[in-house]
Amino acid sequence: MSTQFIINDLKASVEGKEILKGINLEIKGGEIHAIMGPNGTGKSTLASALMGHPKYEVTDGTAHLNGEDILEMEVDERARAGMFLAMQYPSEITGVTNADFLRSAINARREEGNEISLIKFIRQMEGKMKELEMNPEFAHRYLNEGFSGGEKKRNEILQMMLLDPKLVILDEIDSGLDIDALRIVSNGVNAMRSEDRGFLVITHYQRLLNYIKPDFVHVMMQGRIVKSGGPELAERLENEGYDWVKEELGIVDETVGQA
Amino acid sequence: MSIQLSTPVNRQAAEALSRSKGEPEWLTAKRADAAELVETLELPKVEKTRIDRWNLSAYGQYKAAQPVSSAQELSQDIQAFVTESQAGLLVTRGSGAVFSTLSDELKAQGVIFTDLETAAREHGAIVQQYLHTVVPSNEDKLTALHSALWNGGVFVYVPKNVEVELPLQALLYNDDAEATFAPHVLIVAEANSRVTYVDNVITTGSAAQVAAIHHGIVEVVAKAGAKVSFASIHSMGEEVVDISIRRAALDNDARVEWIIGDLNDGNTLSDTKSVLNGRGSSSDSKVISIGSKKQKLSLTTQAVHWGKSTDSQMITRAVMREEATAIINGITKIEKGATKANGEQTEKVLMLSPKSRGDANPILLIDEDDVTAGHAASVGQVNPEQVYYLMSRGIAKIDAERLIIYGFLAPVVSEIPIDAVREQLQRLLERKLEA
Repeated sequence: MSTQFIINDLKASVEGKEILKGINLEIKGGEIHAIMGPNGTGKSTLASALMGHPKYEVTDGTAHLNGEDILEMEVDERARAGMFLAMQYPSEITGVTNADFLRSAINARREEGNEISLIKFIRQMEGKMKELEMNPEFAHRYLNEGFSGGEKKRNEILQMMLLDPKLVILDEIDSGLDIDALRIVSNGVNAMRSEDRGFLVITHYQRLLNYIKPDFVHVMMQGRIVKSGGPELAERLENEGYDWVKEELGIVDETVGQA
Repeated sequence: MSIQLSTPVNRQAAEALSRSKGEPEWLTAKRADAAELVETLELPKVEKTRIDRWNLSAYGQYKAAQPVSSAQELSQDIQAFVTESQAGLLVTRGSGAVFSTLSDELKAQGVIFTDLETAAREHGAIVQQYLHTVVPSNEDKLTALHSALWNGGVFVYVPKNVEVELPLQALLYNDDAEATFAPHVLIVAEANSRVTYVDNVITTGSAAQVAAIHHGIVEVVAKAGAKVSFASIHSMGEEVVDISIRRAALDNDARVEWIIGDLNDGNTLSDTKSVLNGRGSSSDSKVISIGSKKQKLSLTTQAVHWGKSTDSQMITRAVMREEATAIINGITKIEKGATKANGEQTEKVLMLSPKSRGDANPILLIDEDDVTAGHAASVGQVNPEQVYYLMSRGIAKIDAERLIIYGFLAPVVSEIPIDAVREQLQRLLERKLEA
């Protein structure tokens, strides 16, 4: 069965303040959806709420991945069900090497007694690291500790590649990347495109979408998707900014939940 | 001061005991003098820890230990601590030594590795020269008490320019709560020598379950250019009070590395100090601890800089569970004249329950301007962002927390010089964290 991800009227709040005010979206396997919008409109909240960050409280709605409502699940269960969020600010964890962490994550998806062999794991990891032009030393460094912004993002993509998720959310994966890193990261994502995997790419800039070509583009304002279209929408936003969207929809302040 | 000791310590008793063991006169005299001091000296002042309320009464009686002829005769639970590749092995049980071996090659090079009581008889001149010079008997009531009653113990002597490649291992265990368990470890590393010493301090059987005391003192003398690596893992029972004072005196360009695992189940007073006398000497201390139940831990690392261009690094990491309390002190003292000295310290406590407590006290005492020093301290809980991050990759919450906790201790664990000891430590960590 090809992947199907359906978000229905998703509402979420942070510290009692409603940020997402009813998100509806359907992503099929093979599709890349981009969510664009100015800062403070709820884009990253959508990513975090879908993954289950403890700070975000889902107050209404559903999100079904291949028929299962992931919002009913714990964070780790969502991941094992096929969700993957490449985070904007990945945590640094002292004392846990990248390799140990990756192996734990892979084995969390496998039955006890059926853990991945060390040799096979190393081969896979090294292969993917090479594709991402990562220094092999990073396998033995503590997770994200002392990594530059670009290295952290590559490391997120490495995890995505090894975990083989069904629904990938990239949250501002382009922030802090120079043009070379952007190309490498994008190649990694494009290599993962397949019929049984959907992508939700959250970005502030159209630049990323030159590398990762979306099938659908959505504009988020005031905690809602206010406009959807094809790749041409992203180009128009790049050229003309967001003002015309606001004008068209009669929006004065596009942000949501700002003090 | 109302410290009740079941063993009467006075000049006569200390003398009588020493004589009955056939100790040399000079040692009998040292013990007798120390016993007299016990009466007059005060307990040490320990930061935020009322050791006067600890049960220090169960000091026990000297009991001669029965030697064994090979390591195979040791009980299974003790044998489990013996590592494969060591240059020498020494085992003490309760009050005395039961087994020791040292490679012929090292013997031929003049290395001495034996229990301290034997050393006092057979190598009296060297032992007499150094015993109690690093930790003076008259420092406080506890050092005096120890000097009067220490038994068994370890003596390591490494001659000039001799490099001991493989580690020397000691197992200091007690399985009889009525036996005095007060080992004294004396390590003398002559100029430009090298040695790695590892010990496990253990209680088993009845000694782990009834009130008892382990009262240990370690003295390390590192002569010019010598390097001493000292690793010690303590895993004693819930009713056992562990008082462990470790101290090194360093000459020019000497180096001491301490790795301490305080993994007892009972109250623990652990104080590890390097006195950097010589120019260019350096010290590195790494301490980890896990507290559980109602344990009270006082963990102190200290570095005293007298020499110019001396360097000290100190790290303590403690995980506190249940209702355990840890007071963690890091004291960097730089004396006047110790120009270009550098001292850095970090104390971190991870608290796993609302009733656990941790106190990190970084203390810098600096009497010289031309120095660098730094400290960092933190006390906190497992970071929920980190747990979320790991869980978002499919790792279950309990495993995520486990990874973070072990990761917190990893910077010390990964430094243990011997694979087998590191694995032992890992097992002990698991036992304490997952009990």
